[in-house]
Amino acid sequence: MEDLSLHILDIAENSISAGARRIRIKIIEDIKKNLLLIEISDNGKGMDREMFEHACDPFYTTRTTRRVGLGIPLLAQAARECMGDIKISTEKGKGSTITATFQYNHIDRKPLGDIGKTMIVLIASNPDIDFIFEHKKNGNSYILDTANIKKELDGVPINTPAVIKIIKDDISAWLNTTDNMIE
Amino acid sequence: MARLTLDDLKKIKEKQKATFTLREGGYRAKITVHMGTCGIAAGAREIMTALMDEISEAGVEDVITTTSGCAGLCAREPMVTVEILNKPPVKYGDLTDKKIKEIFREHVLGGNPVEKYALVIGSETTY
Repeated sequence: MEDLSLHILDIAENSISAGARRIRIKIIEDIKKNLLLIEISDNGKGMDREMFEHACDPFYTTRTTRRVGLGIPLLAQAARECMGDIKISTEKGKGSTITATFQYNHIDRKPLGDIGKTMIVLIASNPDIDFIFEHKKNGNSYILDTANIKKELDGVPINTPAVIKIIKDDISAWLNTTDNMIE
Repeated sequence: MARLTLDDLKKIKEKQKATFTLREGGYRAKITVHMGTCGIAAGAREIMTALMDEISEAGVEDVITTTSGCAGLCAREPMVTVEILNKPPVKYGDLTDKKIKEIFREHVLGGNPVEKYALVIGSETTY
């Protein structure tokens, strides 16, 4: 994976496979504390004890199409390469939360990448799932909840190109502001 | 900062409502982008982004995109499966931005599978 936004997409795909109806993606860039935190939580089916214990084992996977499962191990590696770590909490039938932390200014920390593209691909490909995207950087914060947008759309699909375009523009406007923020 | 406003959504809603009732969930084509760890690492997100741009540019409303997990052919990622109503599904592999655009125009819009990029036609199993 080239950047962290691709890891986020990958982990969110796990949530989708777990039957989640609501997925929250939270990113906190706390430069003063030299911390980057990424958290993906869902209300999917969760993991049982065996699955939880093996979640970071690359040779464990629930799928049958191949014998390795690299999503979580790759994220764990990306975090540990820069003095961070991952934490998984899960409850069978309730959902899972994966939290990855990174040392913000570590030379080996992967860049965040294009989180806007990740969110748009997730929202447009899974119109029935509600996504909450929360991003905090240096005291400023952004939150997008597709459940609210759907309410306003009153039956018009959220993946209608015109709707996707304004969501995309909204996220880009926020990201442009944070990029220009003086640290 | 320009923010998404309720007015923007209302405008789209009014405009879409007029055409929405005509299609009522009836889609002519479905494109599935394989978005497992292997697919994402190989560039599946850019393939999906390119497809969404093509759909919006072509102004077609009867084509949907979705994602699925790994299909078991990780070495041939990025892959997509194109399903046209009443036609056998076609799986394409080793995709690039340029190839997916060609597939969209030739196969999805034109109805002719692009055989040179196809891994398998009409079946979920491969050689």
